[in-house]
Amino acid sequence: MTIAQGSLTPVLTAHWDEADSYTIASYMRHGGYTAFKKAFAAGPDAVITTVKDSGLRGRGGAGFPTGLKWSFVPQGDGKPHYLVVNADESEPGACKDIPLMLANPHSLIEGIIIASFAMRANHAFIYVRGEVPHVFRRVNAAIREAYQAGYLGKNIMGSGFDLEVVLHAGAGAYICGEETALLDSLEGRRGQPRLKPPFPAVAGLYSSPSCVNNVETIANIPYIINNGVDWFRSFGTEKSPGFKLFAVSGHVNRPGIYEAPLGITMRELLEHAGGVRAGHKVKFWLPGGSSVPMLTADHLDTPMTYEAIAEAGSMLGTGTPMVFDETTSIVRAVTGWLSFYKHESCGKCTPCREGTWWISDVLHRFESGHGQEGDIEKLVEICQQIAGRSFCALGDAAATPFPAALKYFRSEFLEATRTPANDSFDPAEATVFAGVKR
Amino acid sequence: MTFTQETKVKAREIISRYPVARSALLPMLHLVQSEEGFVSADGIALCAEELGLTTAEVAAVATFYTMYHRKPVGEYHIGVCINPGCGILGGDEIWSTLCNRLGIGNDEVTDDGKISLERIECQAACTHAPVLTANWEFLDNMTPAKAVDVVEKLTRGEEVLSTRGPRIRTFKENEETLAGFDDGLVDAGGNADELMLAGLKRAKELGMSAPEAK
Ligand SMILES: Cc1cc2nc3c(=O)[nH]c(=O)nc-3n(C[C@H](O)[C@H](O)[C@H](O)COP(=O)(O)O)c2cc1C
Ligand code: SF4
Ligand code: FES
Repeated sequence: MTIAQGSLTPVLTAHWDEADSYTIASYMRHGGYTAFKKAFAAGPDAVITTVKDSGLRGRGGAGFPTGLKWSFVPQGDGKPHYLVVNADESEPGACKDIPLMLANPHSLIEGIIIASFAMRANHAFIYVRGEVPHVFRRVNAAIREAYQAGYLGKNIMGSGFDLEVVLHAGAGAYICGEETALLDSLEGRRGQPRLKPPFPAVAGLYSSPSCVNNVETIANIPYIINNGVDWFRSFGTEKSPGFKLFAVSGHVNRPGIYEAPLGITMRELLEHAGGVRAGHKVKFWLPGGSSVPMLTADHLDTPMTYEAIAEAGSMLGTGTPMVFDETTSIVRAVTGWLSFYKHESCGKCTPCREGTWWISDVLHRFESGHGQEGDIEKLVEICQQIAGRSFCALGDAAATPFPAALKYFRSEFLEATRTPANDSFDPAEATVFAGVKR
Repeated sequence: MTFTQETKVKAREIISRYPVARSALLPMLHLVQSEEGFVSADGIALCAEELGLTTAEVAAVATFYTMYHRKPVGEYHIGVCINPGCGILGGDEIWSTLCNRLGIGNDEVTDDGKISLERIECQAACTHAPVLTANWEFLDNMTPAKAVDVVEKLTRGEEVLSTRGPRIRTFKENEETLAGFDDGLVDAGGNADELMLAGLKRAKELGMSAPEAK
């Protein structure tokens, strides 16, 4: 059972093209809500072992092994346990969880049943970013359908297992995607990260053992339980098993969601996505969100796995590549991302709260063509002061775009000491409606 | 504004969803906005009273999150994604076009109270760039001309359809949805659009599929 290199393998997306794909009827036509019964029969420990053996790694960005994370939740401690699904998807470039919840929220709901059962949680929450009311409707309806079918609630299918699922809308704050900030937000507070340890597995929501998992991670679970570890491992590599929703965006002819085994290369993904616009070429691309270092056309043959992308000097992150062609000003792009981090810094720690303002300020100077002598060195130093010294990973993320851009495009920053970015690169040419009547 | 008994009943319904009452605060603030169009001192007081918190505790939360407004927004709150994934692909030009057309800037409202504008960050729709939101419903693959058409139609009270969702309703109506009250619109907007299906379509064309389990 080997899958040809470069193949697309729709699993999560396999039935999204059916008119009622988001309903329980559609999900059940394709084997939905059979996996949780197998899980109940096997018992919680066996489920955790299966997920461990599958090698599934978290799809929220960090790639932490999912089964291992579940096993950290203590058993038999007499405390309530909580599963919290991270549906905050706000990382610039990430656009896979929102489509998944629009098109097939039931794979998430069944995954929640299995995951909660495995970690002995009787309460699960889905924290969805607030800015997506239609996703809220779809997930709410899916929860309702699952209750009506008897798959949620008290004593599910006579198993003795109870599970309540609550959908919760955030209110606009990227930092609430960070798992401990998310927990504070879900407790009705300002979403600011917590000191770790204690980790959520020990003291999470309401100080009880909790597990935070990404939407795509949890949606994988029913397929793993139903099809088995060997099947799952037939996709991807030893260290990066399975399939992934690659959302390809930017200057490509057919942006969209491409589901493929981990290990497909960016060149192959790009070909599926119709390549870059006619007459243009790849300038830089980000494998998974603005928080991971950019790569260039020289890296297009790197397999999209956690290990290979790390070796190339970046991170797989959310696995949602953004591609920019040569019409794009690197100075403008990096300035834009730093404005974002400045805006989203929660203010709890000094390096990130102050540093993001400084970087953003100096970058705006470059963007307007007024970069000064010594500014590049100044930015390098500020980034070094933030990275590794911030309270949470947002600070590290904010310190990522500039050094990566400098590595490949130093000359553009030098040019920006004299020439505004919009003079060096006509913004109109980078738009999707370039050359078309507006 | 003074809240009706009905609002208080709804607030208590929200509280009943959670094992710990304070968790209800974010959805309750959405509920307040569904009544007032923003969060006033009275709205803060309502949440504080129902949850047994101080008004300072509630205000600290309300001011942390960008979706809560301290002054009224337009009946149609328009977000323009200016994060580079959209900004570079056309969002920046759409932003300046709308500002010029409406004569307002960031966080400002037109004189007739119909439209407000906000520069927003990535909406998890980069595949559909450049993206606009109207009361947070997706308006995908925008151009300056399409964006102007949308705000003009909304100003005139004409129907505008979200590209992946229902007819654009008012800000207050959608805030009620986010507070967790069903609006019956789940089926609007279809299953998935062309871009969400790009990979599936391509796989079918090339005869590619995932292997079956043995
Ligand atoms: C600033 C910041 C934002 C994050 N945003 C998200 C997010 O929107 N969704 C997500 O699943 N993980 C996000 N994460 C990662 C989470 O902290 C956490 O690692 C993840 O939800 C764990 O799930 P997984 O193990 O299934 O990947 C973010 C992390 C940081 C530091
Ligand atoms: S690194 Fe930034 S976002 Fe994280 S705690 Fe510090 S200030 Fe807040
Ligand atoms: S950058 Fe606009 S939706 Fe992601």
